[in-house]
Amino acid sequence: MALATLSTRRGPTPPRGRGARSRVAPWMFLAVPLAFLVVFTVIPVVNMFWYSFTTWDGLDPQKEFVGLKNYVTVATRPQLFQVFFVSLYYIAASFVQMALALYFATVLSFRTRLRNVFKGIIFFPYLINGVAIGFIFLLMFQPGGTLDRVVALFGGGDQHFWLGDPALVNWSLAGVSVWRFMGLNFVLFLGAIASIPSSLYEAAELDGANRWQQFRYVILPGIKPIIGLSFILAISGSLAVFEIPYIMTGGANGSKTFVIQTVDLAFKFNKVGLASACAVILLVIILLITWLQRRILPDERVEMS
Amino acid sequence: MRTRTPSVIALGIAAVLGLAACSGSSSTSAPSTSQGSSSSAAVSGEITVLTNRTDLVKDGTFDGYAKKFAAAYPGVKVTFEAITDYEGEVKIRMNTDKYGDVLLIPNSISVADYPKYFSTLGSLDDLKAKYRFVANAAVDGQVYGIAQNGNAVGYVYNKAVWTQAGITAAPKTPDEFLADLQAIKTKTSAIPLYTNYKDGWPLTKWTDSLATVSCDSDAKNKLAQDTAPWASGKDLGVADTVLFDAVNKKLTEPDPTTTNWETSKTLLGSGKVSAMWLGSWAVTQMQDAAKKAGKSADDIGFRPFPTQVGGTFCSQTSADYLQAVNKNSTNQAAAKAWITWFNDESGFATAQGSIPTLSSGAMPTTLKEFDQLGVKYVELAPAPAGQVGLVDKIDKAAEIGLYSPDYRQKLVDVARGAAPGTLQSVLDDLNKKWAEAQATTTS
Repeated sequence: MALATLSTRRGPTPPRGRGARSRVAPWMFLAVPLAFLVVFTVIPVVNMFWYSFTTWDGLDPQKEFVGLKNYVTVATRPQLFQVFFVSLYYIAASFVQMALALYFATVLSFRTRLRNVFKGIIFFPYLINGVAIGFIFLLMFQPGGTLDRVVALFGGGDQHFWLGDPALVNWSLAGVSVWRFMGLNFVLFLGAIASIPSSLYEAAELDGANRWQQFRYVILPGIKPIIGLSFILAISGSLAVFEIPYIMTGGANGSKTFVIQTVDLAFKFNKVGLASACAVILLVIILLITWLQRRILPDERVEMS
Repeated sequence: MRTRTPSVIALGIAAVLGLAACSGSSSTSAPSTSQGSSSSAAVSGEITVLTNRTDLVKDGTFDGYAKKFAAAYPGVKVTFEAITDYEGEVKIRMNTDKYGDVLLIPNSISVADYPKYFSTLGSLDDLKAKYRFVANAAVDGQVYGIAQNGNAVGYVYNKAVWTQAGITAAPKTPDEFLADLQAIKTKTSAIPLYTNYKDGWPLTKWTDSLATVSCDSDAKNKLAQDTAPWASGKDLGVADTVLFDAVNKKLTEPDPTTTNWETSKTLLGSGKVSAMWLGSWAVTQMQDAAKKAGKSADDIGFRPFPTQVGGTFCSQTSADYLQAVNKNSTNQAAAKAWITWFNDESGFATAQGSIPTLSSGAMPTTLKEFDQLGVKYVELAPAPAGQVGLVDKIDKAAEIGLYSPDYRQKLVDVARGAAPGTLQSVLDDLNKKWAEAQATTTS
């Protein structure tokens, strides 16, 4: 019956049927990724919002609704926010990371010998699993380990407690983070630089601009939006550091970040409700900072010809 | 195979009948713990047993148990599921109703919640004479979990190193213990005490000082009323002070943040480390490590915490993982049969060198020195009625984590000068947090 009406309707107006199909087709392609997104991101996030209003312990079949109590608790416990100081190390490191990435991207976008090899070497760490990186650097940082040997070669003393010394631990961890994520910035910058028309360089060269002037007046303005984006990613990433310190120190010795603290609250102390509230607050803070950054550094379109 | 067909069919019929009998009798409260040989044939079904011992599943030890079990209960088929991250994974699976038929109760589940997830294995009155450790797995007189085996607490030490430092007698006070460690530091090249700070969980073992220092089986329950568990002279206060002093006097590893458990076994076995505070379960592992390092297994000894009450050493004995039956399992009888058989017949505890769950079982050879020293074994008493799980609740509310490494990592950091504070400030802070949480927590 339905089929009959459909076919009769399709008869006189064929373009409409094709229109419906062409409207459906993209959704068919999107169905699988969207399903993943909904199942693994949207539903958990919605649940997290719900948990943040309960005193759920992570196991109990009953979840007691307590309204804003968890948020009040977080707000009245300033020591919960102290861990954000640790993020400052990562923010500082992310500036180093961007500078290095920009430097390498610029150098390797010119005709350099073995540039593809170097591109591979710089990008490679980003492809390694974070847990593996944690373990590699645990060995690196052993007292008398690889890093100590290298430092000793340059006369920097025999033994350092890279993770044991409270003055060094966060720099060591932030350094690992730089090593790992520089590749991503590098590739973003490299792509942006490649999109700058080569006629601009030629014109600059004809005008007698040296490499630094080319960088300063051609490349830098050309990739400004990408730099802005990288900054947003770097700052929000620095606030939400988790993997590397969690694997390497478990948050001990003053290397606890906000996310590690949240995970501890949820899974060590069975305060999933409170931890969800912390996670929501982190989300709000990151959104706020992103918004602020967009206000301060507006996303202007760069016209190049 | 072909010749066996009739018997297989017969068995199948018996199984079906048995299943029918089981489902028929499930509403009546027939005692299922006392199964004679006649009823063992009637028990049937397929059960999945979750375990953390990936090593024993891999090397076929558990398959051996399954075979022996199959001989006693021909109708039951056992499959093992070994889980590496047992705690984390099983806790999450327990949000569903599919967490195996028999499982080890994750440590993070509080006793008061047992009836929500597990079937009762019998009444406490029936089981307490037969098994050790059941009192702590009971809620309202019903037992929900039976230990695979048990352990005593103490420190594993390398006898060769201690002898080299001229120490033969077991230290009887914390001061003697620290003096011995100091002697080891001066006279040998070994690290006197290894904390295993990085891996964390070995630090949590210091909490087993409860009942060990005071010799009081109610030590843990008393925490529910104690507003200062870290005061001097109390179990936790004494143990954490020993740990602090040892670190403070540089008698522990120089960089605690890069320790590694697997490596630490070799270090102790080969005499590069002289002692570690652990449990009796660790002795066999250390002996293996000593043998691998080309030393003798006899080098490894196990001694009690250096405190005495009335001239007697005490040591807390506690259950290793408890086996329990999933409440949602459709093979209750078979699952219970497995647990009973595993404890009564399998010989698992002896093979592991640990204290058998069966009260009539003999103490393992790993505890030989405990026998010589006349150590008194103290099992923690179950919480009084109405206070089951209260100590855990206070602990979680205070965010201290008696069984998490965090606060002791902080203690070690303070002791080695990596974080601000003094021993007193750390202990005071713990007492304060505990008292505050206690005031706001009810069972």
